[in-house]
Parts: sequence; structure tokens; C-alpha cells
Amino acid sequence: MKPRIPLGTELREALGMAFHAIGAHKLRSALTLLGILIGVFSIILVATAIQALQRNIEREMAQLGSHTFQIQRFPAIHVEDDDETIDQYLRRKRFYLDTARQLEQRATLARHVGVVAEVDRGEAASDYGKTPPTVSLRGMSAPAFETRSLVVEEGRALAESDEEASRPVAVLGADLAKKLFPFGSALGQTILFKGMRFSVVGVLQPKGSLFGSSQDSFIAVPITWVLRRYGRETPLSIQVQAPSQEAFPDVMEQTRGVLRQLRKTPPGAPDDFEIVSNDSLITQFRTITLAVRAGAGIISSIALVAAGIGIMNIMLVSVTERTREIGIRRAIGAKKRNIMTQFVLEAVVLSEIGGLLGVVLGIAVGNVVPILLKVPAVLPWDWALIGLGVCSLVGVVFGTYPAWKAANLDPIESLRYE
Amino acid sequence: MPLIRIRDLTRHYVMGSETVHALRGVSLDIEKGEYLAIMGPSGSGKSTLMNLLGCLDTPNSGTYELNGTNVADMDDNALAEVRNREIGFVFQSFNLLARSDSLHNVELPLVYAGVSMEERLERARQALANVGLAERMHHRPNELSGGQRQRVAVARALVNNPSIVLADEPTGNLDSRTGEEILGLFEQLSRRGNTIIVVTHEEHVAQHARRIIRIRDGLIAADEIKPRPRSAVVPIAPIA
Repeated sequence: MKPRIPLGTELREALGMAFHAIGAHKLRSALTLLGILIGVFSIILVATAIQALQRNIEREMAQLGSHTFQIQRFPAIHVEDDDETIDQYLRRKRFYLDTARQLEQRATLARHVGVVAEVDRGEAASDYGKTPPTVSLRGMSAPAFETRSLVVEEGRALAESDEEASRPVAVLGADLAKKLFPFGSALGQTILFKGMRFSVVGVLQPKGSLFGSSQDSFIAVPITWVLRRYGRETPLSIQVQAPSQEAFPDVMEQTRGVLRQLRKTPPGAPDDFEIVSNDSLITQFRTITLAVRAGAGIISSIALVAAGIGIMNIMLVSVTERTREIGIRRAIGAKKRNIMTQFVLEAVVLSEIGGLLGVVLGIAVGNVVPILLKVPAVLPWDWALIGLGVCSLVGVVFGTYPAWKAANLDPIESLRYE
Repeated sequence: MPLIRIRDLTRHYVMGSETVHALRGVSLDIEKGEYLAIMGPSGSGKSTLMNLLGCLDTPNSGTYELNGTNVADMDDNALAEVRNREIGFVFQSFNLLARSDSLHNVELPLVYAGVSMEERLERARQALANVGLAERMHHRPNELSGGQRQRVAVARALVNNPSIVLADEPTGNLDSRTGEEILGLFEQLSRRGNTIIVVTHEEHVAQHARRIIRIRDGLIAADEIKPRPRSAVVPIAPIA
């Protein structure tokens, strides 16, 4: 007859005793798990912060319509800070409106080619109100409403004819319209921005209230008007929308070819422009943050190994202190295995408490970043789970020797131990 | 067939260059339901005999049959099971888990026996009630008197219905009145058919037993059966 202890019973007993033992030495346990806490905290902090940054980038890219990529002169993210590379970027040719127009004609696979120029920021005013100086002035071509996925709520979008005549007309972001014309329609009214007057022809639907008001606080005016006022050297970004996700790679290839021709890029030379899509941007971001994550990983590992040694030390002390208890348990029928389980679990519980606190603190402190960036809070589940998994591993690895020692104590000696 | 059948049991310890012969060949039969005292001065080998009887130790030679199974050459796991099932220990210094309440202390052997939680609690409550501690289930050892602690220990020894209750100087840490109380408890258990082995060096404790084995220099020096053992003078609440 082999009576087997149900695993649940054994675990419950061992867990109960583990919490008892940890509770009985609060200061000692707290100091021991501090090491684990720091190790887990640092990695979770970094993971949370990076995830928040990534969210931020995703949000920026959410301005683009579906299956849309953007062409720009400089990379969206770059880490090289040597002068040579920067010079190289600066030597790149600018994009002119003409480039976009020609691209539009020759990139036959694309559905829309839009041009946007963020040129200025300031205060906007109407007869009824004014705004803080955070409103941005945006030159846009008509198709840019598609590529930026802006939808008109009231009135109309900017039209080809506005562009041709470079009329001083404006389409307002939802928030801005509400602020300047709180009591009625903005259509047909006049607004003032840095001494320039525009008549309002359209108001846009709010775009993702989730991301706060800054998304909807802009004035869109014909790109031609902007170029005339701010100069034809004004930096432009060109967005290209593919008809479908399947066509996306082909459209991108064709656009690249056309652009190289237009810009007379020598064959074999690298592109002298950047094509940015949601995917490429996130991939790039991941590559750059890899080093940061690896660094945090190494620091955490060192902290966790040090903490593990601390746990081992405290567990050895605990085994000695509880020699009598071990003797009693052995006398009334605990097998070596039961004692072993009890002490390993105690180490794991100790480690996990530190790990949980580290995860909670890491996420809490790491979420300062999303608050600053005004993106929703992030919860790096995967990292939290990995962190807790590693904590269990630390508990098992560093708890095994003390537990083995406990299990192999002589019951007779242990019962006599004072 | 006797409950315990011991033949030519020897046990020696190597201490540095010296070999100490603690038991030099002990043979002994103990029947079910006996109330037995093992006596002897310190160094006589009575502790060694107790450890062997309690399956905490294994002999160098000889056989020890408990309930018909030879436990002399069992491995550590098997011995743990035998201790759990067949033996209830009562120690001089109570040996309760200091951080656990009475109920958990009494329940503990059943945990290692793999008994379900409901049954464990039920049996532990019953065992505590049987020793008159129904009102002290959630007290920790440091909240109990010495006599109460020893009664918790007795409840723990009995909870798994062992074949033997093995008591090592059970009154050694108690004043004489409380000691009598515990001995009275043993008498009642004995009357109910429990096999009780008390290891002691105190004559008056041994006098409560019906049979006294005297150990000297690792051998049985005397085996007395008494027709009328002494009764405990302090009456305690009857066992349910």
C-alpha cells in the first residue's frame, strides 16, 4: 500500500507554512526579497517604457490611412549622431510639390498620392473666441484627406480648384471648430491665424477622441497657398495609399522606382529618401530598442542572481532555525520529498512576492512615460509573465540546496536540536 | 502473532575511533493492547531502542517485525510511511509546531497520510475533543499550559489510529500533578485497547504500566509483569 499525498494537499500545506515562515520574519524576508524586487522592477520598468514609446509611434502612424505609406526626406527615427551620416541626410534633395504631382501621374498602381506640410503653430482666432497658441497650420493637397483618412463632417474638403487658385480657404479640425465657433456653424465664417485670414469651407469629424485633443486642433489650407506664403522649400511629406493591403508591396516598389527616377538617384546607390509605413517604423523601433532591452535584461539577471544568493543564504538560516520543526514533521510521517517541497516552495514564494512587487512597481513607474506622451497606460503582460517565471526559477534554483539540506537532516538529531 | 516481534536487535555508533554499542542483542515481544514501560539509566540504550521501535532509526542487525512486516531494512520513504501509519509519538518537550494552532498540529499526520481536508479537520477535532481540548482548537502552543500542550501532542499521536503510542519521557517537562494527568490519560487509552510504550527513567512513571522492561548496558536486564499497576491519582474528564 502506497498512500499518495494529493498534490493539492501537499502544496496547500507547504504554501501555508511558507507564508507562516515568511510572516514570522517580516524584516528579514523583506530585505531578502528586495533584491528580487529590484531585478524585476528594472526589467519591467524598461519594458513598460518601451512599450509606451511604441504605442506613441503607433499613434503617430495612425494618422495615416489604411494601406498607406509616407515618403520623407529624413528617417522617422535615427540613432546615428555622427556628423557624416547627418550631413548625408542633409545633402538629400528636398521634395517639391512638383515631385508629388509627377509621382501621382506615374505611380499608376497607387490610389491616392497626398501632400502635407506642417508649417506653423500658433494662436487661431474668430469673432467668437480664440485658442491657445498650439494650433498647427497644415498645407494639404486634396488627396491628402484620403491618405490621412480625414472625414468631412460639415461642408467640404479642400478641392483641386482651391489648390489651383490657391484660395485662402480652410478646413478645421473638430476641436478647433468647436472652440472658435462654440455657438453655431463655422461654415462661411472667417478665422485669423498669425494675421492670415481664411474662410472656413469645411469641418472634420473628430479623429480618435482617445488620443486627446491635439489630433483635432489644426487648420488645413491648400498646399499651394502654404507654399506661396512659406516658400517652395517648405519640407513636404508625401503619402501614398495603395488600393488594398495585397497591392501594398507593389505600390511601394513602383513608388520607389518612380521616385528614384524623378530624383535621378544613380543606379546602385541607396535610396535618398525614406519610405515609412507602420510596419517599417515599428520594426525599426524594435531594432533600436533591442540594445536597451538587452541592457535591462543583463542588469536584471545580475540583480536576480545576487538576490538568489540572498535567498539561498536566508533559507539556510531558516533550515537551521527550524531543525526541530523538520524533526517533528519527519517523526510524524513526512518523507524527505515532502520536506524538500516545503522548503523549495518557501523559496519560490519569497521570490514570487518580490517578483510581484517588482512587476507592480515597474508597471506603475513605467507608466509615467505613457502619461507624459498622453497615450493610454500600458501593461506589458508578456514581460510580467516572463519576469514571474524567472522569479520561480530563481526560487527553485537557489532554494534547492537549502531544501535538500533540510530533507537530509537526521530525524533523531533534529528532534533533539535546541 | 505479537504486534511487535524483535529478535537480536543490535545498534552501534561509530564515534571517531570508538565504537559505541548501544544495543547488544535485544529480543522482545509486545502484544497488542499492552501498556509497557521501558526503563533504564542514561546511556543504557533505552533511547536507541525507542528510536528503533519508532522507526526513526534502523538496526545494524536483527529483525523488527511490526504488525507482521519486517521494518528493519526498509528505506527512508517506507519508514516515513510506517511512522505515519503505525506510530504516534509523544515527546518530553511536546514538539508541537510553535506557529500552528492545536488543530493544525493534530491534523498534520493526516496531511502526510493524504487524507482529504474535510476528513482531516473532522478527525483532528474529534481527537482534540477526546483529550478534553475541544475549547482550545485555535490556540497556539504558547497559549496553552504544559499539560494542555502534552494533551495536544497525545491527540496528534492518536489521530491516525496508530498501532503504538510511543511516549518518550512524557511527564519530564510537567509538574507532578499535570504529569499524573497525562499518565491518567494513557491509562484510559490503554483501557480502550491502545498499545502504549512509555520510555522513562522515573520509577513512579513506570509503575503505571502493566509491564516494565529494564535496559542496562544495551541488554534487557529485567522484564516484569505487574498484576496491579498503580493508578493515576488525578481523575480527568473521561474520554468520549
